[in-house]
Amino acid sequence: MTELVDVRTPNPKNFFPGEDHDWELVIGLEVHAQVTSNAKLFSGSSTKFGNAQNSNVSLVDAAMPGMLPVINEECVRQAVKTGLGMNAKINKRSVFDRKNYFYPDLPQGYQISQLYHPIVGEGEITIQVGPDKQGNFESVDIGVERLHLEQDAGKSMHDQHPTMSFVDLNRSGVALMEIVSKPDIRSIDEAKAYVTKLRSIVRYLGTCDGNMDQGSMRADVNVSVRKPGGEFGTRCEIKNVNSIRFMGQAIEYEAKRQIDILEEGGSIDQETRLFDPVKGETRSMRSKEEAHDYRYFPDPDLLPLEFDDAYIEEIRAELPELPDVKRTRLMGEGLSEYDASILVSDKSYADYFEQVAEGRDAKIAANWVINDLLGAINKAGKDIEDSPVSAEQLGGIIDLIKNDTISGKIAKDLFEIVFNEGGDPPKIVEDRGMAQVTDTGAIESAVDEIIAANPDKVQQAIEKPAMIGWFVGQVMKATGGKANPQAVNKLLREKIGG
Amino acid sequence: MSVDTATVKRVAKLSRIAISDERAESMKAELNTILGFVEQLQEVDIEGVEPMTSVVDMDMRKRVDEVNDGNKANDVTANAPASQNNFFMVPKVVE
Repeated sequence: MTELVDVRTPNPKNFFPGEDHDWELVIGLEVHAQVTSNAKLFSGSSTKFGNAQNSNVSLVDAAMPGMLPVINEECVRQAVKTGLGMNAKINKRSVFDRKNYFYPDLPQGYQISQLYHPIVGEGEITIQVGPDKQGNFESVDIGVERLHLEQDAGKSMHDQHPTMSFVDLNRSGVALMEIVSKPDIRSIDEAKAYVTKLRSIVRYLGTCDGNMDQGSMRADVNVSVRKPGGEFGTRCEIKNVNSIRFMGQAIEYEAKRQIDILEEGGSIDQETRLFDPVKGETRSMRSKEEAHDYRYFPDPDLLPLEFDDAYIEEIRAELPELPDVKRTRLMGEGLSEYDASILVSDKSYADYFEQVAEGRDAKIAANWVINDLLGAINKAGKDIEDSPVSAEQLGGIIDLIKNDTISGKIAKDLFEIVFNEGGDPPKIVEDRGMAQVTDTGAIESAVDEIIAANPDKVQQAIEKPAMIGWFVGQVMKATGGKANPQAVNKLLREKIGG
Repeated sequence: MSVDTATVKRVAKLSRIAISDERAESMKAELNTILGFVEQLQEVDIEGVEPMTSVVDMDMRKRVDEVNDGNKANDVTANAPASQNNFFMVPKVVE
């Protein structure tokens, strides 16, 4: 392994307060991302989640004697693609090793992995930390040490029987990309932003679905503390954290635990720990003395994995527009950094937004998608992929405002109707008489009525022109919000003066 | 290179093989004989020779990403000492 290098300048904003001095966190992440593929890394059985126990299992996955692994070409392509998405060095020659350990969900008795010669070398991910109270983001470059391909293990269940564990090998042999960061992360917010960004990149690339609930992405978190800018401390590794929120809690607990020990004059034992989301604490799994001895050696069943530059360039040519590039482009189209950052943070948001913005004002489209759509979706606990309001429908609502058929206020009501009941926006407006009244005669009579009914207010308005706003409100109320506000304003000014 | 009794026990433990002290002693002698035999290879000068990965000069064959195996849970669990509903059953392991 390469030597650890500190590339960051300590930032007091990130410090943890201590008794005598502040503490700085040093975090490195190993993210396991399940490769999106139909079949497993070395066999022809399915990777589909949720199938009946041991149905996605071939004799290779079950490690029956004499079975030999044959690598899935698509998994190689996906790993290279992910490497390119992290601006990383692609190694044209890599080698598979056996990582030996004994556990019931690992029928081979070893995991096929890549220790000495990974398929992808050093790269970099730019993360956006924030927004702060002013809505600004801080860009930080986090180094990537490597990405390698390896097999996932099966799954054990311990609660089905009093004395026995049940083993399901459906996941056994599914391809994983282990993406190892450099120890460049200095705060919980940065760690969260890193996983968020990595998840966003693999989702844009289509190399991993990023579904943390189903375990498609999980992280091992290495945490240590030190005096700001000092020597690296002893780290503890928190295993298998499966949500970004839990990761934040785990790091916070672990940092405080280590600081308490050090401030009482103790020292940190290098160990593997487990995060318990129920109790919100980490606890020791095994210490270094009982650490596994994996006895890695090159897998004699597999030849080295080799490809040429043409292969890499072919994959590079397939790369979609990635979040950073998309964000810059959207900002060039008039969006604020805040809006652009939210929209590119998830590929599904960006896809939806771009459909709505097609042929329409980008800023208006962004406001509707971020404030109204995402707000409503989050409140309803839905995903944007199954949004009750499609991009076409939302675009239709925006068009109705644009051509003065409805007011902005009525548009919000219309959005709610489409969200709850569905339907074609122009037809709903027509059927329910929601169209804006542009007939000056009708507006004028409403204006006249209000003026006649409030002589005292008229007097005030003549003295204080800002009072016009009150009249606009009354007229809008009287017309059920359907009068065109500009027309109302114009008429009032003509009649009252001001 | 040679191994001592502690190493023999450690290797056995890593492989989850129960081994008595007596057996560890005799294993130590056997393993050291094997290691001594293999050690003769150290006499060969391999300066500048790339490690051989295969006896045939060929690229690794790859499979296309196609599901063409699986759905044989009965076969897969047929030899299991204990199984239920196509799950393997093993003595409870909780870490």
